[in-house]
Amino acid sequence: MTNIFKVRGGNNLKRHKVEKRFRVYGMIAIATSLAFLVIMVGSITLRGAPAFKQSFIKIEMHIPAEKFNKNALQNSRFVSYLKETLRAMYPDVKTRKDKKQLFRLVSSNAEYTIRDAVIANPELIGKTHNFWVRTSSDIDMYLKGYVDENLPQSERRISDQQVKWIADLKKANRIEVRFNTQFLTGGDSREPEQAGVFGAVIGSALSLFVCFIIAFPIGVLAAVYLEEFATKNKISRIFEVNINNLAAVPSIVFGLLGLAIFLNFFGLPRSTPLVGGLVLALMTLPTIIIASRASLRAVPPSIREAAIGLGASKVQTTFHHVVPLAMPGMLTGTILGMAQALGETAPLLMIGMVAFIVDVPTSITDAATALPVQIFLWADSPERGFMEKTSAAIIVLLMFLVLMNLAAIILRRRLERRW
Amino acid sequence: MNKYTNPNGELALKKRSINKQPMDNHSILSAKNVDVFYGEKQALFDVNLELTANSVTSLIGPSGCGKSTLLRCFNRMNDVISTCKVMGSIKLDGQDIHDKKVDVVSLRQKVGMVFQKPNPFPKSIFENVAYGPKIHGLAKSSRELEEIVEKSLRRAGLWEEVKDRLEQPGTGLSGGQQQRLCIARAIAVSPEVILMDEPCSALDPIATAIVEELIDELREKYTIVIVTHSMQQAARVSQQTAFFHLGYMVEFGETDAIFTTPKDERTQNYITGRIG
Repeated sequence: MTNIFKVRGGNNLKRHKVEKRFRVYGMIAIATSLAFLVIMVGSITLRGAPAFKQSFIKIEMHIPAEKFNKNALQNSRFVSYLKETLRAMYPDVKTRKDKKQLFRLVSSNAEYTIRDAVIANPELIGKTHNFWVRTSSDIDMYLKGYVDENLPQSERRISDQQVKWIADLKKANRIEVRFNTQFLTGGDSREPEQAGVFGAVIGSALSLFVCFIIAFPIGVLAAVYLEEFATKNKISRIFEVNINNLAAVPSIVFGLLGLAIFLNFFGLPRSTPLVGGLVLALMTLPTIIIASRASLRAVPPSIREAAIGLGASKVQTTFHHVVPLAMPGMLTGTILGMAQALGETAPLLMIGMVAFIVDVPTSITDAATALPVQIFLWADSPERGFMEKTSAAIIVLLMFLVLMNLAAIILRRRLERRW
Repeated sequence: MNKYTNPNGELALKKRSINKQPMDNHSILSAKNVDVFYGEKQALFDVNLELTANSVTSLIGPSGCGKSTLLRCFNRMNDVISTCKVMGSIKLDGQDIHDKKVDVVSLRQKVGMVFQKPNPFPKSIFENVAYGPKIHGLAKSSRELEEIVEKSLRRAGLWEEVKDRLEQPGTGLSGGQQQRLCIARAIAVSPEVILMDEPCSALDPIATAIVEELIDELREKYTIVIVTHSMQQAARVSQQTAFFHLGYMVEFGETDAIFTTPKDERTQNYITGRIG
C-alpha cells in the first residue's frame, strides 16, 4: 500500500516555500504601512499635544471704582491700567526697553481677559482681585521648553531679564499651566496664544452641510436614473465614462470652476461656506454617483423581477425596493466622499476661504475658513507658537475624519442589520 | 424521497385522481403566430397555443428552447429587456395584451409570476404578501389587508407555519417556504393566471413535493402555466404539455398523450432522454 502522505520534498517542498515566502512578504508590507502610520500620527501627536496647554500668570490688580464706570466697561481702557500694575510689581524697571519686555510677559490680549472678567462680575470694581492672564506666546514657548537658554540673548526670542522674572514668578507660584480651552472654543488670532480652531471647525461643518444638502440628492438621483431608468446606449455610456473621469479631476480645477461660476458669474459672497460647500459638492458628486451606482448594481435583479412581476411600476420598484436596499451603500459612499471633502484645501483657496477670519461664522453666508485651510494658514505663520497649533489642528481634523468614517461603519451596520 | 417519485426512477405517470376530473374547458390565454426576437436572434418561431382555464399547462424542452421566453411573454416581462421584440398576438380573455390601451400594471396583476429562485422581498412575511394588494389598492382598510394576507398564506399552505412570526423577515424562511411565500404573494393580488418559471429547481425533493401538491390545489381557482426541466414533474402536475425545441413548439396536447404516445419524433427522443 502506498502512503499518500509521504510526498514531501521535490515539487511539494518548493510549493510550501513559495507559500511561506508570500506570507512573509505580506506581513512585511503590512508592518511597513503600520510603521508609517504610527510615525505620522505619533509625531503629530507629540508636536500638537502641548498646544492644548497654555501657561497663565497671576496678576494681582486693584480695579479702582473712580476709574471704571460699571456701565461703560466695554469701552474702558484696561491696557494702561494693566501696564501700571505690572510696573508697580517691578519698581526697579525704568528704561523703555525694559518696560517693553515687562509688558511682553503677558499676552497682548490680557487686557480683554481682565475686561471680560470684570464685565462678568461687576462687583470686582473697587476691589483687589487675582486675575489669571495668558502669558505671551514667547513666554509660553519658553515654559514649554522650546527655548534654549544657552544661546546668546540676541539669538532667542526672550531676554535674560524675562527669564529672571519668570523664575521669580514661578517661585512665587504665580505661573500655572492650564488646559487651553481657547484653542477649542475660539476663532483664529494673530497671537498664537489666543488662536483657536473653533471658527475653522464651524466653517468646515457649514461647508459640509451645504455639500451634503446638494451633493447627496443630486448624486443619488443621478445614480438611480443612470442605473435603473436610462437606456444603455452610446450616450449613456459617454455620461458614464465622463462621470468616472470627473472623479479623477484635480480638486483645484473645481476651485477655479467655483471661482469663475459661483463668484464671478452668480456673484455669490466670497469666502463663505455656501460657496465652499457648492465647490465641495461638485467635487464629491462623482464619488457619490459611482458609489451609489455600485450599490444599486449590487441589489439582486430577482428583487426587481419580483416587484415588476407583481405589477409594480418602474418607479415603485425602484423606490420601494431597490433604493432602500442600496441605501446603506449609498450613505457609506456619501460619508466617505464628504470625509474626502473635509480634508480638501485647494478648491477652498480659490474661492477665498483662505482669509484671516477671527469671528466664528454663524451662517453659511458669513466669511469663514475651513480646518485644512486653517492648518495651511498656521503652517505658513512664522511664529514659533503656531507650529504646535498646526499639529494640534491636524489632530482635530484627523479626529473628525475618524468620527466620520466611524459614522459610516455604524450606519452601514445599523441599516444592514435590519434583515 | 417524495411520494410522487417512482423508486425505480422511471417516469411517474400515475397521477392523482383529482387530475382526471373534467374541468371547465374555456380558453383563457391564447398565443397566435408568436415570434420573439432578442435583437437579431429569433428565439421563438410561430408559436400557437391555447390554454384552458383552471388547468395546469407545462412547457418542457431542452435549455434555450424558448419556453421561459414564451412564459415571460404572457405578462410582458420581456418589456424590461430593451432588445426583446414580440410579434403576433397574445390574448387574455379575448383581449390582446399588446393593445395600446392595455395597462401593463393591471395585466401583471391578472397574470402573476413565480420565479425560478425564491425571491421574497427583504421585508417581513406580512409585507411580502401585502405589497401587491397595497400597490393595486385592493384593500380599503388594514383589516381587509390582513384578511387578504391570511387568505393568501392559507391558500399557499404556509399560514400554519408562519402565523406566529408574520413580522419576521421573509428571507429567514427555508427555501421551500420562501417559494410558497412567493406563491402567496402572487395570489394575493387575485390573478387569473399564474406563471411559474421552474418553481422547484432550487428546492429539495420534499419541498418540491409540497409545492407540486400546492400547484394541484391552486388549479381550482387559477390557470397555471409552469416551465419545468423535470419531465416527471410535468407528468405529475399538468393536464396539458407543450414541448419546445430550438424555438419551435413541436407538440402540444394532453399530458398523458404526450408522454405515452408522442406524435413527433423529437418529442419521443426528448422524453426518452435521447436529446436535451
